[in-house]
Amino acid sequence: MSHASEPRVDAHTGTPTTGHEWDGIAELNTPLPRWWLWTFYATIVWSIGYWVVYPAWPLATTHTNGLFGWNSRAAIVDELNELKTIRGAAGAKLEKASLAEIKGDAQMLSFARAQGAAAFATNCAPCHGAGAQGAKGYPNLNDDEWIWGGTPEAISQTITHGIRWDADKDSRAGAMPAFGKDGTLKADEIANVAGYVQSIGGVKVEGSPDLAKGKTIYAENCAACHGDDGKGNMELGSPSLVDKIWLYGSDKATIVNRIQNGGGGVMPSWGGRLDPVTIKSLTVYVHSLGGGK
Amino acid sequence: MSVTSPSPETGASQPRFDLAKTDDTLIVGPTYAAAKKIFPQKTSGTYRRIKWLVLFVTLGIYYFLPFVRWDRGPHAPGQAVLVDLEHRRFYFFFIEIWPQEVYYFTGLLIIAALTLFLMNALAGRVWCGYLCWQTVWTDLFMAVERWVEGDRRERMQLDAAPWSARKIGKRALKHFIWLMIAWWTGGVWVLYFADAPTLVTQLATLQAPSIAYTWIGILTFTTYIFAGHMREQTCLYMCPWPRIQAALTDENALNVTYRYDRGEPRMSVKKAAAVRKAGEIAGDCVDCNQCVHACPTGVDIRHGPQLGCIQCGLCIDACDTVMRKVGRPERLIAYDTDINIKRRAVGLPNVYRFVRTRTVLYVVLISLIAGGMAAKLATRADSGLAVIHDRNPQYVLLSDGALRNGYTVRFANKAPEPRTFALAVEGLKGATVELAGAGKDAQGRPTIEVGRDQTREVRLLLSTRESLPANASIPMTFTLIDETGKVLAAAKDFFRGP
Repeated sequence: MSHASEPRVDAHTGTPTTGHEWDGIAELNTPLPRWWLWTFYATIVWSIGYWVVYPAWPLATTHTNGLFGWNSRAAIVDELNELKTIRGAAGAKLEKASLAEIKGDAQMLSFARAQGAAAFATNCAPCHGAGAQGAKGYPNLNDDEWIWGGTPEAISQTITHGIRWDADKDSRAGAMPAFGKDGTLKADEIANVAGYVQSIGGVKVEGSPDLAKGKTIYAENCAACHGDDGKGNMELGSPSLVDKIWLYGSDKATIVNRIQNGGGGVMPSWGGRLDPVTIKSLTVYVHSLGGGK
Repeated sequence: MSVTSPSPETGASQPRFDLAKTDDTLIVGPTYAAAKKIFPQKTSGTYRRIKWLVLFVTLGIYYFLPFVRWDRGPHAPGQAVLVDLEHRRFYFFFIEIWPQEVYYFTGLLIIAALTLFLMNALAGRVWCGYLCWQTVWTDLFMAVERWVEGDRRERMQLDAAPWSARKIGKRALKHFIWLMIAWWTGGVWVLYFADAPTLVTQLATLQAPSIAYTWIGILTFTTYIFAGHMREQTCLYMCPWPRIQAALTDENALNVTYRYDRGEPRMSVKKAAAVRKAGEIAGDCVDCNQCVHACPTGVDIRHGPQLGCIQCGLCIDACDTVMRKVGRPERLIAYDTDINIKRRAVGLPNVYRFVRTRTVLYVVLISLIAGGMAAKLATRADSGLAVIHDRNPQYVLLSDGALRNGYTVRFANKAPEPRTFALAVEGLKGATVELAGAGKDAQGRPTIEVGRDQTREVRLLLSTRESLPANASIPMTFTLIDETGKVLAAAKDFFRGP
């Protein structure tokens, strides 16, 4: 290829043009400063530094590791270790402190709550909800009703060993019998006792069950766990039937279903999976949500 | 391929080039070129004096401000201007700013931009010519260069001369002094971020934090490169302001201007005398090129306003010197407006219109923002209250049928001593207020102690047994009250129900 020996020059500015012209407007050829070019080359050289220093080139089965031995996984490990160091002193203090001591120390409380909130979001939120608000069958941890107890000790026990978690022999056990399925109660008896439960629970009784019969059936079958007054028993995990909080619902169909099929929710034990300080933090967090006893 | 170069006169009528024979690009000139070497000539006069004054004042402020002390009591730093990154505070004499008050900086930046526009509308690139750090430090470096290597002619000779012991010695001395200034510039920079006397001691005994050395290194490098080597290249290729500035100027703005109405036709002194004798008109410009030689960016002001002209006024001084010598009036190059040149060309007198829509608007905007900021600063509260409703759950039903809402309350105490605040909650009938870790005041309101210069986040639980309308969203007012009963701050939120 050959170029014209002389560049064309824009008469007004005295600058050579590239020869490109659009509707009479010529493109001036203003050369870039040479330092700009060298800066560009310098960035290329700099990028070669990355090949040498960091993992860069794929090989047949592996890749080049780079002089610094840096990789993103090791960086995460480093960051986690750094986090541990940062949390070290506060974490160690938390490990030794009793739940009561933590409650009394504003700084420790705030540290435990923050750590607990993070652990809750990772481990507990899938069932109990992001704000621990619960769902049907999964208790709301903000309210003041506790099936297995709302003291810090009871909460800690529940988190550590779970509920009806067969793999942990210390797990909370005890389930509602399946009165209907087992043939203990007939359909009309279940309907009557469900009506009675609605009546003591302060909700509108659906249909026209025989409440007197229901009361007798309740006394014979239910009172052992739920109490004569229906207030439940936290030792057995039998919830109160007379407060405003219903784990599964207060309509007749739901109550009949519970009596018919029995059973109860399952919560895994976290003792082997989370370290004691995390469980302690979770306990503090759950206890501080507003319903702690 | 062949391109027929058309002659400028007849180009339009000739075929430009044969498309079939063109290759991808027709560029025939160089794509890259070395920067033109500039050896500014020493000048003296009004504008040089102004530039020296600005240089001493601005650099004086920069180099010594960190050492100015300001007493803020025993618990706050005693440095007048301090960016305390560790504790997230900015101190400026009597002002203390928290990170969430960063809008003061936004305001300052807006004022700075508008001031730049105003300066531009009144007198062109005042910022570029006198105040910009690139200009100030370059000016200082050029003064060093002139002191070591001599004025324009000597520097050009030295530059062209082969390497010798003398040349190496001069160059070495120049770069050494430049590096010393650059190092000192970087050294002062870090003093704005820590207690200056302490840090100076630490630096002297090599016990300063490594980040200090890193930043000194960075600033030393940038100062040396930008003021020593990049100079006008920074203005021409890096800075956006010359481009913006060109769109903001108008025919009434004072700019450093070559008065071509007086200067043209330019000719030598001898020829001009002859022409004048013959009763014809000769321009005052004697084409001595002193204005070009004096220019720190190497432009020819006689080409009119241009990107490269930073309007420092040094060409005015250079030209005035020549005009005095040739016995013509000074200010052939002067601060002048486009409109006046045009008016003089048709025999009209000069007009100077400093009060224009544009300038009035800038002044009004600057005053409004500055006034607003000053008012905000003067009434800056030394306490604060923020209430955030729990997102999830919005409300909690309790076993006895009561409804409860949870909130996160943040108390801020910007005073230099710990204070106890009471929180009053209004708007909800039959409300029970539980504030974690709170005490109680005489009125039964919960109280919280907050340490000096701190915030404290506390969980607040509100509950009521009153029946609420469906989808209730009841407006609530939270009030922060100090120990004397004075209301300090208020926040609004809602109490929600099913």
